[in-house]
Amino acid sequence: MSFEIDKLKYTGKIKEVGFGAKGDVIVGGEDSYPFYMFEGNEGAGVKIAMEVYDRVEDDWAPAAVAPFADVINDPVAWALSNVSKYGADMIALQLAGTDPNGANVGAEEAAALARKVADAVSVPVIVYGSGNVEKDADVLKKVAEACEGRNVLIGPVQEGDFRQIAASCIGYKQLVAATTPIDINLAKQLNILLENLGVSADRMVIDPTTGGLGYGLEYTYSIMERIRIAALVQMDDQLRRPIICDLGKEAWKCKEARGADPDVKFGDPARRGIMIEAVTAVLLLLAGADILVMRHPDSVALVRKYVDLMMN
Amino acid sequence: MALTGIEIFKKLPKTNCKDCGFPTCLAFAMSLAAGKVELDRCPHVSETAKAELSASSVPPIRQFSIGTGETAVTVGGETVEFRHEKTFVNKPPIALLITTDMTDEEIRGRAAAVKEMVYDRAGATLKLDMIALKDTGNNSDAFRALVKKSRELCNLPMILMSGNMDSLRAGVAELQDEKPLLCSVTPDNAEEMIPLLKESGCPVVARADGYDALCSLVEKLTAAELKDIVLDSGSRKLKKTFEEQVQIRRAALRKAFRPFGYPTITFPCEMTDDPAMEILIAATLAAKYSGIVVISCAAGENVFPLLLSRMNIFTDPQRPMATDPGIYPIGEPDENSPVLITTNFSLTYFIVAGEIESARVPAWLLIMDCEGYSVLTAWSAGKFTPDLISDFVKRTGIESKVARKALTIPGYTAHISGELEDTLKGWEILVGPREASHIPAYLKNYGSS
Ligand code: SF4
Repeated sequence: MSFEIDKLKYTGKIKEVGFGAKGDVIVGGEDSYPFYMFEGNEGAGVKIAMEVYDRVEDDWAPAAVAPFADVINDPVAWALSNVSKYGADMIALQLAGTDPNGANVGAEEAAALARKVADAVSVPVIVYGSGNVEKDADVLKKVAEACEGRNVLIGPVQEGDFRQIAASCIGYKQLVAATTPIDINLAKQLNILLENLGVSADRMVIDPTTGGLGYGLEYTYSIMERIRIAALVQMDDQLRRPIICDLGKEAWKCKEARGADPDVKFGDPARRGIMIEAVTAVLLLLAGADILVMRHPDSVALVRKYVDLMMN
Repeated sequence: MALTGIEIFKKLPKTNCKDCGFPTCLAFAMSLAAGKVELDRCPHVSETAKAELSASSVPPIRQFSIGTGETAVTVGGETVEFRHEKTFVNKPPIALLITTDMTDEEIRGRAAAVKEMVYDRAGATLKLDMIALKDTGNNSDAFRALVKKSRELCNLPMILMSGNMDSLRAGVAELQDEKPLLCSVTPDNAEEMIPLLKESGCPVVARADGYDALCSLVEKLTAAELKDIVLDSGSRKLKKTFEEQVQIRRAALRKAFRPFGYPTITFPCEMTDDPAMEILIAATLAAKYSGIVVISCAAGENVFPLLLSRMNIFTDPQRPMATDPGIYPIGEPDENSPVLITTNFSLTYFIVAGEIESARVPAWLLIMDCEGYSVLTAWSAGKFTPDLISDFVKRTGIESKVARKALTIPGYTAHISGELEDTLKGWEILVGPREASHIPAYLKNYGSS
């Protein structure tokens, strides 16, 4: 018997979304499963957005603080160094400090910071709120306004706050990260609601919600695979969107990454968190991620090299 | 095409003699239809029935075990390309490489690392599963000595890797009836290898470069009635290896292409010199279709994340995202231990239970049925309300287990504490941290609150 390569026929293609102030940084456009280059095109390829925080909690792993020690209290400087030192494709500003259960920073202050960061860097910018729907509705509306002209991606835009936030995103021409809790039907439904509201299909991405490695990542993995199958071979137009995975905070939140475990079998605590973040990124890429939001420069460098090996 | 269990049943002797290990012919037929067993387990099936059934009774990817006793591993047996379609069945064993050119100290260090790196997590045990021994110098005496030493140091099933027939013979002789996985039979050495395989009954890695060469090699082996075959399609470049893994899995499942109906093996240890990259490659191939993965990195900070990723991918996706409600004792709590409550979203449970464990403060964790919602969602959906919480706490019977009736609720629901004190009579309500990561600090100060 001789063997013939089996090439799957894809019927769909992921929408291309233009990022950055000029909209010329393309995300998406693939027409096959992730890295199945023997039968399709990878589109624009993987983009890595490096995190910058408005405020860093004091429970961060020492290994995650170390590379940023000199900039950690200055988000603008942090963003600049992520671009110049580590070659970040994008900057993801995390407005964790706006959480009403935390520092509760006000919407104006947060929006002003977002504008400063967006003005400082040349790469595309993503701005994420705290995830608290009431507060995000206020904060992200103001961020959209303040960042007019910068075409930033704003998220998480959820079922509870999409009306307020999406309206501003349309008005001030920002991109929308449609975020749903690890559920393909909810993801589709939110995309439809957003389109009905007037967000065009090439102005949004799907954030499927990311579980941590060893803490539910398998759910995210399968939902993403199902989203891609629906989009590429099952004619589901509403799911043909690029996928963003906000994984840095999930990877570094778990107790193993925070690194206090003294047991030698867990190895070097400084390297462990980096590997947890990198392995998380790899599984998400295999499941279909287009944008990875990551924290540690060493994990980022590793994942970049990995993508290169997968592609070339 | 595949027959249903009932269709198969009609062709069986219907005596329910149990010789196949199943209670009835029907049970055996069902298992056969699901591709879990092979027809030759029934010694009584007629020749005509055998011929009719053989096409449908072979599982698309052969499943067999390597090694003996408790540490034996099962490989193959997969029936889907995407885990949500059903589930992945046999997590690929991960083998740690040991070579003849390593020093005694290195070899002992690796054996010790394998023993050491065993991780318990929410009911599952994560660990390495095999040892791969490589004869770098093609020297049968050195190889036999390495096999002997490794067997003394470690009881895991072995892969014997050598390009030298004498070395493989020596290894097999050293391990007696263990049936290690021999690596490899190739188009060049097949004539010589086949007799050794037939005589020893060992499973074997069939290695050939490219699909067609591999296909002919496997056909040669099956013509010699060898069955326990592991496929190595030759590439050591990630992009190509990935393609081969996808193609082989697809051919077996979609086309029932018999020569590729076997588990595969991949060698991240031969694909990069960087241990961190090796782990990313191994995680990729464990997720995308490799049946066995051989690594050379033995550092806990690398191996642990790899084992976590494999655990995630091989978890049954039909497992609900909800944990059974009830009382979960963590550590060995007594009547003075703290009582905490959260919802039955699996991730919430894993994270909270993990943090309590790492605090090393024994506690009672109450998991309340909130239809699998997380705390915030459950609260906003009206499933984590003072009334419902009070009912649930009373029903669990926790009151008879503790002297100090104090209930710690998630920080995100602080605003219900007043109302909860009114509805849950006799209990003191404490507000815990919002983030699970702050639980250890909270519990350590608990005694003083
Ligand atoms: S061995 Fe054969 S005849 Fe006996 S119970 Fe099993 S299937 Fe039936």
